[in-house]
Amino acid sequence: MEKTTQITHDHYDAEASKIGMWLFIFTELLLFGVLFIIYAVYRYMNSDAFHLAAEELDRFIGTLNTVLLLISSMTIAMATTALQKKNKKLTLLLSSVTVLLGILFLVNKYFEWGLKFSHGIWPGSEHMIETMSQGEILFFGLYFIMTGLHALHIIIGLVIIGFAMVGVNKGKVNSNRPSLLENAGLYWHLVDLIWIFLFPLFYLIT
Amino acid sequence: MHTTHAENEANYLKYKGKYKGLLGWILSTDHKRIGLLYLYSIGTMFIVGALLGLAMKFELLAPGKTIMNAQTYNATFTVHGVIMIFMIVVPGLPAVFGNFLMPIMIGAKDVAFPKLNLLSWYLYVAGVFLVLSALLFGSGTPDTGWTFYAPYSFKTGTNLLPAVFGAFVLGFSSILTGLNFLVTIHRLRCPGLKWTKLPLFVWTLYGTAWIQLLATPVVGITLVLIALERVFGVGIFDPALGGDPILYQHLFWIYSHPAVYIMILPAMGAISEIIPTFSQKHVFGYKAIIASTMAIAFVGWLVWGHHMYTAGMSGTAQYYFSLLTFIVAIPSAIKVFNWISTMYKGSINIQTPFYWAVSFIFVFMIGGLSGLVLGALSTNVYVHDTAFVVGHFHYIVFGGTGFSFFAAIHYWFPKIFGRMYDKAWANIGWLVFFIGFLALYTPMFYLGLMGMPRRYYDYLEEFHGGNILSTFGSWILATGLIIIITNLVRSARKGPKTESNPWHGKTLEWSVPSPPPLENFDEIPVIAEDDGPYNYK
Repeated sequence: MEKTTQITHDHYDAEASKIGMWLFIFTELLLFGVLFIIYAVYRYMNSDAFHLAAEELDRFIGTLNTVLLLISSMTIAMATTALQKKNKKLTLLLSSVTVLLGILFLVNKYFEWGLKFSHGIWPGSEHMIETMSQGEILFFGLYFIMTGLHALHIIIGLVIIGFAMVGVNKGKVNSNRPSLLENAGLYWHLVDLIWIFLFPLFYLIT
Repeated sequence: MHTTHAENEANYLKYKGKYKGLLGWILSTDHKRIGLLYLYSIGTMFIVGALLGLAMKFELLAPGKTIMNAQTYNATFTVHGVIMIFMIVVPGLPAVFGNFLMPIMIGAKDVAFPKLNLLSWYLYVAGVFLVLSALLFGSGTPDTGWTFYAPYSFKTGTNLLPAVFGAFVLGFSSILTGLNFLVTIHRLRCPGLKWTKLPLFVWTLYGTAWIQLLATPVVGITLVLIALERVFGVGIFDPALGGDPILYQHLFWIYSHPAVYIMILPAMGAISEIIPTFSQKHVFGYKAIIASTMAIAFVGWLVWGHHMYTAGMSGTAQYYFSLLTFIVAIPSAIKVFNWISTMYKGSINIQTPFYWAVSFIFVFMIGGLSGLVLGALSTNVYVHDTAFVVGHFHYIVFGGTGFSFFAAIHYWFPKIFGRMYDKAWANIGWLVFFIGFLALYTPMFYLGLMGMPRRYYDYLEEFHGGNILSTFGSWILATGLIIIITNLVRSARKGPKTESNPWHGKTLEWSVPSPPPLENFDEIPVIAEDDGPYNYK
């Protein structure tokens, strides 16, 4: 490590960044929490329509995506352990697998949404307003908002993991300074956890 | 740290780093410079917001159209509200004085995440420009009121999207500041500075930071939903598609009521610093103030429904919200007793910050008690959506946060700039401002009780007298503001140099030179067992 005389407050506090990440995760939980509350209210008010609309969703793709995300959570956790064991190559490999699985998730989501669009189902579409009940419109509105926001979080998570991988590759993120990768992993678990709730709420409860 | 001793002798205003001039400020991660960046940006927006307020008061000088039509008036109170709430009173004390002083008060060299701190300021500026772009471009200035109530917020033809998005970005800035402060207070307290020895301003920032962190995402996603509703018509809040507009109100107030405590808690914290210093006495009931701070931060979550008594809510829910509203008033009252008891038998040094602090208690009491009139179900129904609410709100938010902000700037001014302001002019400015404030907002209580609704550009002839007094008050208040701001701006550059501890304060920031050196302390201080922030002998 080179010694510089820069005046930035360059101290490393792993505990601080971990607390910071957890606090940020709280804000994310509240962000999604609002949507879960809205879902609960409208499901209570339109239980039959929600039941009917949920039949439209493809359970196979939903299950597949759940499996992909669960495995990706495992690989990122393994990547963190590999970093602790100072195995740089394995760390990079396992993080790449995580990124790949995340991208696969998004590809599935793309096809799933594409299929809905081709059936005339998108927020505010005329087809929905003409043929569906209010409850069904609300169900699909929430479906697109919640899975869309979740997909956005997947993309953010992938970017953070990408930064962590660059850091690992350059040696800036190492077994002494693992925070960036650990926090990327924490964030990825959050994204995974939210999907664990989205999946049954939209695909399984019918 | 890498800093050599010689480098740290330059104070933070003079220090020349990698960048020079303006860049040396807007790229600086020094918490003190960021604090001043906030001070200047918030100050600028405050002048804009105040001018809009003056325009509204001018419109209300006489019944009928005076200077603007109904639509312009709607736009004016909307923009006035958005600017004052999201850009001034929410970030105000934490972003300016929290940034500048909190690390010094806890004996740290900076906040935990200095770069994130700078990012928060950039987000603030971005939010400001987004909101302002809603004014300048598109199909008309937003006219929904700062609450963006559904369904009007997605039906109105005005250019609402940038304003909503701007409020979202400002919220993100607020979240990151809160996160930064929480981690800083947890991790960077100097040795010996236990939780029970933290200055009260730091404690209130701590409580505030939790609210910022947990409440702001709620309004963030709610504003996103409004935007999606406008663009796509998803139907979440649209009754025509099965959505429920009252649900919007609930989600909005779940944030926006705790946000009131984001505004007032740091204000209370600043007052809790000023009163012991100018009484030269240990603050009365230190732990009671901490407990009441945390109680407010917690119970403040459970009272949002009192904004919606007339919106359609079950009777049970109304009783519950009314009861909790009364309960949340108790910790605030405890603080007032603490402040007054601190002065009792103290050696009182009457200076400008003390005038501001005492007048803060006065207006805060009136604001608080009129809040109980609104919190009680039966009286609320009578005065709901009248000028009474406007009077109460401004007594609490402008009277509370605003007076505390001016108290704080006059208290910490010599620390921040190393110079003293003209005390005689500062006192005159306070007096004129105070008289103007009372004349401006007191008539609103009367007008509201007589039945004058709020948010109308016109009124019945019988309300004319009260409105004339109120408009005159706004001019007096503006005169006071001009005196205060001129005095401060002038003194920041030309005032006489001052010693490091002109008020004989005991908190850590008074132990470092004025203005503080770049890294605050040459050596991290250690607090002895019998030392404390308010140990006056």
